Amino acid sequence: MKDKILLAHGSGGRLSHDLVEKHLVSILNNPLLCKLDDSATFEIFGRVAFTTDSYVVHPIFFSGGDIGKLAVCGTVNDLSMSGAVPLYLSLSLIIEEGFFMDELNRIMVSIQTAAEEAGIKVITGDTKVVNRGNADKVFINTAGIGLVPEGVDISGSNARLGDKIILSGPIGDHGMAILSQREGLNFETSLKSDCAPLNGLVAEMIEVSKEIRCLRDPTRGGLASTLNELADKSKVGIRIEEARVPVNEAVQAGCEFLGFDPLYLANEGKLVAVISPEETEAVLARMRRHKYGAQSEVIGEIVPEHPGRVVMTTRFGTSRIIDMLTGELLPRIC
Amino acid sequence: MNFLDQYRNPEMVRRLADRIHQRSTRPVRLMEFCGGHTVAIMKNGIRQLVPPQVQLLSGPGCPVCVTATADLNKAIGLARLPEVIVVTFGDLLKVPGSDTSLEKVRAEGGDVRVVYSVQDALGIAQKDPEKSVVFIGIGFETTAPTIAASILEAERRGMSNYYVLSLHKLCPPVMKALLDSKEVRLDGIICPGHVSTIIGSRPYEFISRDYGIACVVSGFEPLDILQCIEMLVKQIESGQPKVENAYPRAVRPEGNKEALKIMESVFEVSNANWRGLGEVADSGLRLKDEYRAFDAEEAFEISQRSVSDPEGCICGEILRGIKTPLDCKLFGKGCLPDHPVGPCMVSSEGSCAAYFQYGATSHER
Ligand code: SF4
Repeated sequence: MKDKILLAHGSGGRLSHDLVEKHLVSILNNPLLCKLDDSATFEIFGRVAFTTDSYVVHPIFFSGGDIGKLAVCGTVNDLSMSGAVPLYLSLSLIIEEGFFMDELNRIMVSIQTAAEEAGIKVITGDTKVVNRGNADKVFINTAGIGLVPEGVDISGSNARLGDKIILSGPIGDHGMAILSQREGLNFETSLKSDCAPLNGLVAEMIEVSKEIRCLRDPTRGGLASTLNELADKSKVGIRIEEARVPVNEAVQAGCEFLGFDPLYLANEGKLVAVISPEETEAVLARMRRHKYGAQSEVIGEIVPEHPGRVVMTTRFGTSRIIDMLTGELLPRIC
Repeated sequence: MNFLDQYRNPEMVRRLADRIHQRSTRPVRLMEFCGGHTVAIMKNGIRQLVPPQVQLLSGPGCPVCVTATADLNKAIGLARLPEVIVVTFGDLLKVPGSDTSLEKVRAEGGDVRVVYSVQDALGIAQKDPEKSVVFIGIGFETTAPTIAASILEAERRGMSNYYVLSLHKLCPPVMKALLDSKEVRLDGIICPGHVSTIIGSRPYEFISRDYGIACVVSGFEPLDILQCIEMLVKQIESGQPKVENAYPRAVRPEGNKEALKIMESVFEVSNANWRGLGEVADSGLRLKDEYRAFDAEEAFEISQRSVSDPEGCICGEILRGIKTPLDCKLFGKGCLPDHPVGPCMVSSEGSCAAYFQYGATSHER
């Protein structure tokens, strides 16, 4: 029979110890973590970025990733969006009794693989096991610490008139990949989540230009919500062009089928950058050379009209407002 | 080339829009019956592409919006029963009934679940045989066949804890009721695309024949809709109303016979209660006698509480095509997608939601 997580794995006794040693630490394996002290200690200088997020994705394994990869990339990307170089990560697991041990191992390996790619180390963590039914398989919380290089000032409130907006690639892949595997929807698609750490891409962008004003990763709520946040924080108007926003065919088709708009689908490996017009070309060229930015496009700009609002020029030259996502995305009935 | 691009080709859109401008010599009033069309029109700014004398009105074609408050109260009443799991399609959750919504009942501990397909409702019933599972069957001819199939499936599996609250509505009868009411003067109807894939284009023939109104079935892409408008304008200008199909890639004149057969084997035509229109003869579907065992209305004592529509909300008039969301005093003020007053602001196919979400910067918002 396959090994399962038992309540006793969370008891603090021998089994807990084994779980941590054999299934977690042995995979994440680094000197700071292996000390297993009550807190990790390390040296840090300069401006620190600090963030946390919890991951409760369903299904936990999806095409293009899993909850572990997501938990690392999500936090790495949050750090990156403030221009920080990600350094250390904490990892908290809330596991449901009866969860398969080999699935936990799979998740741990993908956490380690993603952390390695991002050059970040998991140096502290926690594990809890809850009664069956009190969690959905596994929940993960990660917190991350990074350092912001000298001279970098990136914030959602920095957008200025005339700035250009770059999007690093096609939108909606993650959201549609997850949806396609949801119970009851289950439609065939070759689509993969775009889940990826973006710190490498951001580092190269910052190398080219110090005039990067805002960076955001359009996760839940999609591109539409991210642009609305930027318009709101910076008190500016945003105009984008539909024809310039890349969308993969499979996402387009899925949206058609379900009655969704790709602008509202989640992404886990894309970023939106607001950049001074003079530097846009240089940054764009560099982004396109990076594997996670190969399909970058300038999709719009900051305009004097309608401050706080996002307006899209459709491919037919008409205009429409792009609002924030309200509530959950639900497939059409009719 | 993306397979959808051919229905979104900007060059062709412009050409079609030009043709509509050339053809159209007088004011015409067209009703898009279906909420999906309202959304597509707003989303693509189609009102901005057609000449101002071509007026586009939304009709009663949003399944969530047309659900009467009394029926919502029934669903809410069921959700309050401790032994019942209410299963529904998404948007219905947030629509306010007389004094609460399914969403609020769920927050208070009622077991209300949202599914993407009716198959999931069967799954829930199978997993939890101690509980009764009631699927709230809303929708038009598009959803009725799959819900009928779920009942046949439940029967085949010998399930005794699966029920349907049938609130299904039929399109052609309500179109007739709308035209008979004479409240709204129409020259043409953009006939619903998804509904027509099931019923075909023939059931609209009485509209052009008896009422002299042009009918064209349309898909949901910008080019589909513009082509449909062009065909309608052409018919109206030539004074020869008929039923045409601008969506032949999905709709056949006779519809989908298989789906119709399943629907007709489980349901029979009955009167139905519409928001804004009241009871409309022969415009709904109820379970046939043989399937009464699956009928939630029969199986449960549903408390009938007072029925009042939300104060100030003009959803009813919007659904009848005599007002637009912009005529509502609450639109964008007291009534927003986050805290909707009426169903038209809740449903993803609702007119108020479409106007709010996609409203252009200019005259449309
Ligand atoms: S804006 Fe709100 S209150 Fe007004 S008609 Fe629409 S749903 Fe009803």
